Amino acid sequence: MSALLEVEALEMRFGGVRAVAGVSFSVEQGEVFTLIGPNGAGKTTVFNLISRLYTPTAGAIRFEGRDLLGVPAHRVARLGVARTFQNIELFEHASVLHNLLIGRHVHRRTALWQEMLFTPAVRRAERAFRERVERVIDLLELQHHRDSLVAGLPYGVRKVVELGRALAVGPKLLLLDEPSSGLNVEETGDMAFWIQDIRDDLGITVLMVEHDMSLVSRVSDRVLAMNQGEVLAQGTPAQVQSHQAVIEAYLGAPAAARGGGP
Amino acid sequence: MRFVFKTSYDQDIGLFRHEGQRFWYALLAVALLVAPWALSEYYLAQLVLICIYGIVGLGLMLLSGYTGLISMGHAAFLGVGAYTEAVLSARGWPFSLSMACAVLLSSATGIVVGLPALRVRGIYLAIATLAFGFIVEEVLTRWEAVTGGNSGLSVGRIELLGWTVSGTTQFYYLCLALAVACTLLVRNLLRAPTGRAFVAIRDSEISAQSMGIHLAWYKTLSFAISAGLTGLAGGLYAHKLRFLSPEQFTVLQSVELLMMVFVGGIGSVHGAFFGAAFVIALPQFISVIAAKLPAAMGSAAGLQATVFGLVLVAFILFEPLGLYGWWFKARTYLDLFPFYRRGMFRRQKAFQKSDRLR
Amino acid sequence: MQLTQLLVSGLSQGCIYGLIALGFVLIYKATETVNFAQGELMMLGAFAGLFGTVYLGLPFWAAFVGAVGVTALLGVLTERLVLRPILGQPAFAIVMVTLGLGYVGRGLITMIPEVGTETNALPTPFKDEVVKLGGLVIGMEHVVVIAVTVLLCALLYGVFRFTRTGIAMQAASQNQLAAWYMGIPVQRLNGLIWGISAAVAAVAGVLLAPITFVHANMGFIGLKAFPAAVVGGFGSLPGAIVGGLVIGVVESLSGFYLPEGFKDVAAYVVVLVMLVVKPNGLFGENLRKKV
Repeated sequence: MSALLEVEALEMRFGGVRAVAGVSFSVEQGEVFTLIGPNGAGKTTVFNLISRLYTPTAGAIRFEGRDLLGVPAHRVARLGVARTFQNIELFEHASVLHNLLIGRHVHRRTALWQEMLFTPAVRRAERAFRERVERVIDLLELQHHRDSLVAGLPYGVRKVVELGRALAVGPKLLLLDEPSSGLNVEETGDMAFWIQDIRDDLGITVLMVEHDMSLVSRVSDRVLAMNQGEVLAQGTPAQVQSHQAVIEAYLGAPAAARGGGP
Repeated sequence: MRFVFKTSYDQDIGLFRHEGQRFWYALLAVALLVAPWALSEYYLAQLVLICIYGIVGLGLMLLSGYTGLISMGHAAFLGVGAYTEAVLSARGWPFSLSMACAVLLSSATGIVVGLPALRVRGIYLAIATLAFGFIVEEVLTRWEAVTGGNSGLSVGRIELLGWTVSGTTQFYYLCLALAVACTLLVRNLLRAPTGRAFVAIRDSEISAQSMGIHLAWYKTLSFAISAGLTGLAGGLYAHKLRFLSPEQFTVLQSVELLMMVFVGGIGSVHGAFFGAAFVIALPQFISVIAAKLPAAMGSAAGLQATVFGLVLVAFILFEPLGLYGWWFKARTYLDLFPFYRRGMFRRQKAFQKSDRLR
Repeated sequence: MQLTQLLVSGLSQGCIYGLIALGFVLIYKATETVNFAQGELMMLGAFAGLFGTVYLGLPFWAAFVGAVGVTALLGVLTERLVLRPILGQPAFAIVMVTLGLGYVGRGLITMIPEVGTETNALPTPFKDEVVKLGGLVIGMEHVVVIAVTVLLCALLYGVFRFTRTGIAMQAASQNQLAAWYMGIPVQRLNGLIWGISAAVAAVAGVLLAPITFVHANMGFIGLKAFPAAVVGGFGSLPGAIVGGLVIGVVESLSGFYLPEGFKDVAAYVVVLVMLVVKPNGLFGENLRKKV
């Protein structure tokens, strides 16, 4: 079976800086694959490359065997790749329900004139959208906030809304950029459960960037460690955490020499 | 006190939230239909203007309020619509055809004006639209063969399927019907995926893109629809005034249109019509104030500008949602009576966020 | 010779645009607000100068300084009373507030009996004087415009480069929050910036007065200064002046070489071309949002 997402010798330069320098990995269908690494390692850049916000200077990205670099940014979601952002990019002045409905945009089949007249076909499509979105709301327990404006919600809830919006797309691959950043211990625990549910029950493959190692080792099937744009190690969470180069990258060479672990 | 229990998705999808709303809108419809019998010629003419400005407001609201693209050149679309209608109806084209051309030509202008929006945003877009506004104004002045330049252009009556629209009442019904149709069209769009895409672009381009929204297409679409609506209003405006000259379509007029939707309440369909009503009622209000001021000040042309400016500043300072905000609060008060709490609409302290990068 | 003459008058007009654009850019850099009332501030400055010379009988230069001071105060007050309370609202709303303020300013001036609706001449000591340079004849008022602009730019450069307050302002314009954490009183600086930019507008107003007379609608020239600011790159102070000069010269040349009507839209054509070719302007920086 070929991998769902294949990244090959990916390179991204910003001026003289090599943010990503020859990264290769592949994500298999149905796994949670995590990118870790110190700040500035190039993890988010990899995400932005996959969601086509940037165009890499070299390398290839394939999704379901299809070359992703020939696809413009707004078509990526239609192929089945949804993402969240590190610093929450929600539609602030719209309700939670509205935000999730925008997630269904890729499934729009109605024509402009139909929407202008709001024909029965549009109404049917709207009902179907809402049904899907309500299922996401139930899964993430957002019922209470359904009609609230996003701008007024606490940070933890917004983080969940963003996850919900990505799920509403109905993706095959979910990109989560630091799903636990800014969350407290309890919220992080919820997030871990959801990520597991998303993989096990919904069958969605997850690629995430994460710093919280307890969350990483709890949910990840495989981990890839990066530093300064390069791959340090890849394997199970335990293998990567005990890898010499990874320890050096986080703690510096002398600590590694003393045999200290993270 | 009213409880709305949601038992089906259609309640969210529908135009009215509950039966009570349906009742009030029906009442409004009846009132508008019998208005020609109840109102004098003068007030009916004011109502016609409210319909026309309301349509402009809808267009501008869709673009600036919902898609978040500032246009400081909307009077240009009004002008394109008005002149197209005037010129074509003078050539004997039937109203439906000439008006369709007016709408299409304005839309096409809108698409051209919207081109910079694909690359720039915020203040840069405001300046680009401002620049287009000036250029269109200049074209209207200089292209004398078609527009009559500064000496103006007179407009005939509306010919519709062999029927000549004469008198304020008939024209009123025409404008009312078009205003209702435009309102429904905009409301329909807003509750469909296209409208949500507009809002998404307004709030975060980057995540709209990641949700599969084609920015260039929807921005252009928003400009086209907005300009088309404004062009339609322009055509009606031409027949209302019966005389066109370029100084009716200046950049200053564009700014006043923006101020209109802001006072009405940015980001609400109601606001378009509230703003229109405000702009039409302002001169009456001014004449009341002017009577109380010393003659030299009261008769000054600047009084209206001063009051308009002050009202706008006051609204943004104290009620950013404009007249719609007042309406919304009053409605909520009645809906919740007697459980309304004083602090319900207290605004949260907002902090300045950088808009430089979006 | 003809060309040089055109260039000089274009440059002096461009200085006025540049000064108004400088006001826009100062405020934009500091507060991310575009002050659409900048032209009206200039108009108020010119009226203050008129009031000083004609009604108080002050000598020109004293009235000049007085007008600049009064307008600066008005700028500070505007920031304190209107702009500061609405910090945090969308940029669009703030733009509308400044538009509204412009309306109020223009409306109030026209309500002044007899003066407000007239075109008033501002008496200057250099009226009708000319400077002859070779075959070139330049009106003294144009020379004064250019000279004062150069002086003012030098002064502003000095302030931003060498004084503590100026450096603090630069810091705050880079990152307000960080500057605030460093103990810089950002809000007070924003007030000061509004003062400075109103003062610059007043200078432009009084300098323009001998050329176009003083009237309530002279503030519309501010709408020509926007293109200047964009051409220079909205965030750049030297860019504002250069942009102003470019617009001034283009306008002056197209007024002579192109058919009637092109002069009025030249500035806008230039800005549209600029937005298509190089949206960030001549000196602007290219910034992208990080996600």
